[in-house]
Amino acid sequence: MSLTTTAPTRTAAPPAAAPRRRAGRKAGTPYAFLAPALILFTAFLAAPIVYAGYLSLRKVKVSGLGLGAKSRTEIWAGFENYARSLSDPDFLPSVYRVGAYGLIVVPAMLGLALLFALLLDANRTRESIGKFARISIFLPYAVPAVVASLLWGFLYLPRVSPINDAIEALGFTAPNLLSTDLTLWAVANIAVWGGTGFNMIVIYTALRAVPTSLYESARIDGASELAIAWRIKIPIVMPSLVMTFVFSLIATLQVFAEPMTLRPLANTISTTWTPLMKVYRDAFARNDLYAAAATSVIIALATFILSFGFLKLVGRRAFNQED
Amino acid sequence: MTTTLRRSPIATTLLLLGAAYCLLPVLWVLIASSKSSAELFSTFTLAPSTHLFDNFADLAGYRDGLYWRWMGNTVVYAGAGAAVSTLISAMAGYALAKFDFRGKATVFNIILAGVLVPGVILAIPQYLLLAKLGMTNTYWAVLLPSFISPYGIYLARIFAAAAVPTEILEASRIDGSGEWRTFGTVVLPMMRTGLVTVFLFQFVAIWNNFMLPYIMLGDDRLYPLTVGLNGLLNQGANQPSMYTSVVTGALVSIIPLIALFLTLQRYWQVDLAAGGVKA
Repeated sequence: MSLTTTAPTRTAAPPAAAPRRRAGRKAGTPYAFLAPALILFTAFLAAPIVYAGYLSLRKVKVSGLGLGAKSRTEIWAGFENYARSLSDPDFLPSVYRVGAYGLIVVPAMLGLALLFALLLDANRTRESIGKFARISIFLPYAVPAVVASLLWGFLYLPRVSPINDAIEALGFTAPNLLSTDLTLWAVANIAVWGGTGFNMIVIYTALRAVPTSLYESARIDGASELAIAWRIKIPIVMPSLVMTFVFSLIATLQVFAEPMTLRPLANTISTTWTPLMKVYRDAFARNDLYAAAATSVIIALATFILSFGFLKLVGRRAFNQED
Repeated sequence: MTTTLRRSPIATTLLLLGAAYCLLPVLWVLIASSKSSAELFSTFTLAPSTHLFDNFADLAGYRDGLYWRWMGNTVVYAGAGAAVSTLISAMAGYALAKFDFRGKATVFNIILAGVLVPGVILAIPQYLLLAKLGMTNTYWAVLLPSFISPYGIYLARIFAAAAVPTEILEASRIDGSGEWRTFGTVVLPMMRTGLVTVFLFQFVAIWNNFMLPYIMLGDDRLYPLTVGLNGLLNQGANQPSMYTSVVTGALVSIIPLIALFLTLQRYWQVDLAAGGVKA
């Protein structure tokens, strides 16, 4: 796993710049600078993870009639919660749904982001139009997922949708985007709308770092713009694409705000529509923290396996640890 | 650029289509905010009306200005959360970039692993742990978890390594400046550009967050905009006249961030793979 392999040599400063250590410099200084980060990391990242793992292995035993505080005791449950969670009839459908959702969102969002970044970088359109398009496409990043879902949710309502008006004006029957078959696409569209611009900026920034002389010589050799994009530009931005893919994957598996906001507008979205919504229902509507903890551990493990598996597949470190 | 580049109508069309797709919901909310609740579902979608100020007044008057409280709360959560998080990230990033100490590689690897931790596994145990301290349903419940950002630390380390020359730190030490003074007067100003990016990242992440405040808060006077608007929409299901307030509230809620984006555009040139910004 690439994340854990830091070459030890890197921590040593190059000999020429080796700091002249002075007696006044205290060894504790770096720890003092790190202390607030480490304390908060322990309290709000490490401890919750350990606690979730612990809860997922516990259960409540009710003794006697189940009345009074003493009759309910917490005991070890082994993997019972995991078995319960995996066999819950609501769980697998939500996993399939999020899988399908990810298969739509990630390729569509990153494909569009790459396309727009390449178009902007090719600079084959008037500068003012390029700037206008860049800002407009980035704008949805400023819109919280809840608000984005709210805006699109209204636009999906057959009585409001201008697209439905247009389709009906042409004499066809407009589809109801909030019907059972299409809800997945409706939610996916919100995520694509919200995420394309940010990823476009990431890829565009990577493209801009390339000296244009590289393309000039390819053009002189007679390469078409398409060939330059395919053979030079895409390989150059590959590290950025890998990272945007991993971050998109993690975000996709945790989809929560969009379906929660659409629920009042679309009765096709159940309380367990995504795995994370099931976690929420188990924890707060059913007060079953143990099942909720087991399900969140399963989602987290799946996320880790998918993201590290992908990084291993493409033979990359998660992060550029050199600087 | 040489003259070999020709204008391409296909490129222009595709970019404009992308822009239109991204602007459509924003355009709609602008128009819909001007409609009365009767018009919202009856008149042509993109036909503006004249009720914008009535709708603003309704929104502002809703339960004695609760909406403005949500706006203020969001500013506090995102502003204070991002400011503290940036300072903590700067300190940690500086220590990781500019000092040699035992355990450095381990600390850095743990923080990197933290970047990839899905928030889902954290939300419920964070709630339970804060509940034990009696801190759920307070500002702290949202603020404290926002103070730590592994990605911010990772970025700050890169900025510190790139922007702070070791010689200047040495010179400052020879002058007898203490470590904290050196950090405050020499290091922080040098890292300024990068820290603005760390701040913006965290600001947007907190501003847009839904799940954490949704789980942590019960009292609607503590809500940020996202949770508040979600609640308003749920009321609209029984009380359709609320929908105009929901739509107007959505419009007002996105104005501050859009303004922030347009003014600070140059800080949004992010290179995820290299972790840098090219400002």
